[in-house]
Amino acid sequence: MSQAPASLSRRSFLRNSAGGALLIGMSAQGVLAAGARAASPAPGFVPNAFIRIARDGSVTLTSKQPEIGQGIKTSLPMVIAEELDVDWHHVRVVQGDLNLEAYGSQGAGGSNSTPNNYENFRRLGATARAVLVQAAAQTWRVAPGECTTDGGAVLHAASKRRLAYGALVDAAARLPLPEAATVALKNPASFKLLGKRIGGVDNPAIVSGQPLFGIDIQLPGMLHAQYIKCPVPGGSPLSANLDEVRALPGVRDAFIVKGTANLNGLRPGVAIVATSTWNAIRARRALKVEWDDGPGAKHSWADFTAQARKISRQPGTTMLRRDGNVDVALTGAAKTVEAAYSYPFISHASMEPQNCTAWIKPDGALELWAPTQNPNAGQALVSDTCGIAKEKITMHIIRSGGGFGRRLSSDFIVEATAIAQQMKDKAPVKLTWTREDDLQHDHFRPGGFHFLRGGVDAQGRAVAWHNHFVTFANRVSQDGKTSLRNGSGGSLSPDEFPGRWLANCQLEQTALECSVPMGPWRAPGSCVFAWVFHSFIDELAHAAGRDPLAFRLELLGDQDLMPPTVERGQPYNVARMRAVLQTAAAKAGWGKRKFARGQGQGIAFHFSHRGYVAQVAEVTVSQDGQVKVDRVVVASDVGPTIINLSGAENQVEGSVIDGLSTLMFPALDIENGRIVQSNFHDYQLLRIGDAPAQIEMHFVKSDQPVTGLGEPPLPPLAPAVCNAIFAATGKRVRELPLSKVDLSWS
Amino acid sequence: MSTYTLNVNGKDRAVEVEADTPLLWALRDTLGLVGTKFGCGLGQCGACTIHLDGVATRACVLPVAAIGRQKITTIEGLDAKHQHPLQRAWQELDVPQCGYCQSGQIMSACSLLKQHPKPTDAQIDDAMAGNLCRCATYMRIRKGIHRAAEIAASEGKQA
Repeated sequence: MSQAPASLSRRSFLRNSAGGALLIGMSAQGVLAAGARAASPAPGFVPNAFIRIARDGSVTLTSKQPEIGQGIKTSLPMVIAEELDVDWHHVRVVQGDLNLEAYGSQGAGGSNSTPNNYENFRRLGATARAVLVQAAAQTWRVAPGECTTDGGAVLHAASKRRLAYGALVDAAARLPLPEAATVALKNPASFKLLGKRIGGVDNPAIVSGQPLFGIDIQLPGMLHAQYIKCPVPGGSPLSANLDEVRALPGVRDAFIVKGTANLNGLRPGVAIVATSTWNAIRARRALKVEWDDGPGAKHSWADFTAQARKISRQPGTTMLRRDGNVDVALTGAAKTVEAAYSYPFISHASMEPQNCTAWIKPDGALELWAPTQNPNAGQALVSDTCGIAKEKITMHIIRSGGGFGRRLSSDFIVEATAIAQQMKDKAPVKLTWTREDDLQHDHFRPGGFHFLRGGVDAQGRAVAWHNHFVTFANRVSQDGKTSLRNGSGGSLSPDEFPGRWLANCQLEQTALECSVPMGPWRAPGSCVFAWVFHSFIDELAHAAGRDPLAFRLELLGDQDLMPPTVERGQPYNVARMRAVLQTAAAKAGWGKRKFARGQGQGIAFHFSHRGYVAQVAEVTVSQDGQVKVDRVVVASDVGPTIINLSGAENQVEGSVIDGLSTLMFPALDIENGRIVQSNFHDYQLLRIGDAPAQIEMHFVKSDQPVTGLGEPPLPPLAPAVCNAIFAATGKRVRELPLSKVDLSWS
Repeated sequence: MSTYTLNVNGKDRAVEVEADTPLLWALRDTLGLVGTKFGCGLGQCGACTIHLDGVATRACVLPVAAIGRQKITTIEGLDAKHQHPLQRAWQELDVPQCGYCQSGQIMSACSLLKQHPKPTDAQIDDAMAGNLCRCATYMRIRKGIHRAAEIAASEGKQA
């Protein structure tokens, strides 16, 4: 997902703008008017697929990335506006549909939107600005170099002349575009917009309840669907009382969808289509299905736990890393620690349940309105599964009520399409999952078990690290063969810290086969590995009688850059990590404060998604074991420029509290292959009263590329809090969630 | 099916639905007022919070047949110009992330401010405990309520 926007050249601009009218980038509500708009293009300067400047000076910028709450619909257009040099309050942002040819990659995942687009977006704005300057210079018959820009106008200081961009659009539209690579970019020191706190562009619609999200889509004649899947993933319906259901109030149809064996695709199920969401939900309560549960029905979390313990005493099926000799090193160590850590499967639980609206037209074309993070993958899955050519699929990317990785999967999109294909009258259909569907048919964050051994020498230095990671895998079919594929975030990289840093390091992995669908969950892998590894590092520090910060700084070492040791691995910039670690510690007054019993500080750091983050947490644990996080100090390094300070602070605060919520409350039990929890009454998430009293954020600026912030601040939170709990109580948390751990002390 | 006359945002609206239909779905599917959100269907998350005669109520578990002549206020009708102090404070402080829960948050916060025009953090935490925010904008929700209280006080109005 790293290809550049294809729209910087004049040729592709002409191809994409189809005679001057921008065919893309309209809201769902505007889609029906697309034809009319294309026929009578508004005049203006349209240098590429992202920018339109009208004669009245208004600027319309297209956001190509899915907006899921990470703020990209505001921040990337800000990058264009900065280099274009226009006033932000003259800018209107519209969402682009899926159109890779016009926009380049369009996916919201891996905190990639910012690093993959930042430089290109600067050039998009700067290129347009250069043309406007040239247009003004020609008008005035002066050299372009004598002109400057400010607030949507070109200025010629010597003659005190000024021309607003709106007055230049016709002249600019006739000029050739310069090569993007040759255009001068602003010196970041002169940025006027980037680094400021700018409110989200959809905030007015959000606070007034205007239609905005996928679930808000309404089309004339639209029907509403429920889709009922086997409680055991991999199972399928044998029969159902469809005739009875069809006779219920408001029900238009009920039918079985055969589906496929792909656990992340179109799972088999029963569709109910009705005149309203409630009529469909009511009818579903009367639905009786005989299920073939499939092989997944034999699985339970208790059984997985027992299997993992057994496996921990055997060699792993995959040896990820074997440096030195951990057994010899542990034998020679002054102190050793052995510990088992585990964490459960959890759900994404986005507030907006999964939904999608699909409309099959009489000519077989498909129009989709999807709150998706991954529109391209959604289109491909629909095309492959439902037999609709990609060029016949129009995909509107609709704002998502939360993503967290859930909407990188496209199951809800293909389900809506499969149901719409059955509509005899070609009615559009909105599929809305219930919360129960959402919680029990997620593509879950895999649970996991880590069996760790570590040792420190007489000087208190870490000398050995051994981890056998027991993870989960699904059986997948490809080209007639089946194989096991680890769940997303369920594979440990041999390079994960402290791999590479210790002379004696052995990392092994074994996967348990399961039928539980898995998918990426905010900072996949990192969101749990950071907790396990920084908790265990803390255990080693305390075993050595060392200060946890000093122990970590020594472990990181003096080398500034640690090269990767695996193919496509990433270098680890130790200097950046040291800087954020020292910043967080200094700002938190690490080592300088005395805490009463039941209170304490904990520290942790983690590198993920190109971001370097360290956190210090301060907690109070009551004698009966209730945890309150009093303060979290966060130091992040995501490069030299924070694009939107308000958005960045939102992502840090959100990540910290999401990390805390996930640490404290949610857990899914699996019994007879079924997810036991069903709604927010038994799947608890953090509520406002448990939010930290204070979150303090520091952005350490480094001379490195600008990178994303939706994920990196989450992983260090859990170990920082658990290390603080240890400092406060002497109790080590090795099993999640916290709400199940007895932390009482006396 | 029966026809019910609901007073929504100051206007009588006829809806033809089954008696057990929760107000949430009558608002969303029948009246096209989609600002009130579906989150759980059990009154657990607060995304569907509306006011019934001025009192914060969960629309997902309130059957249309039980409403009678009680006055319904939704996020769309909180303020005619969408300039309620909470709506202004929410924008000023950029409270939303994904934004999905925020109409429910604002409706609950509005109830709180009617009771406590200058609430403490503890009163906020108590009153807002029924509203989940999965993006965890809780720090800014607290600030936003304080700011709205300040705006309302400075204008001599009740929020």
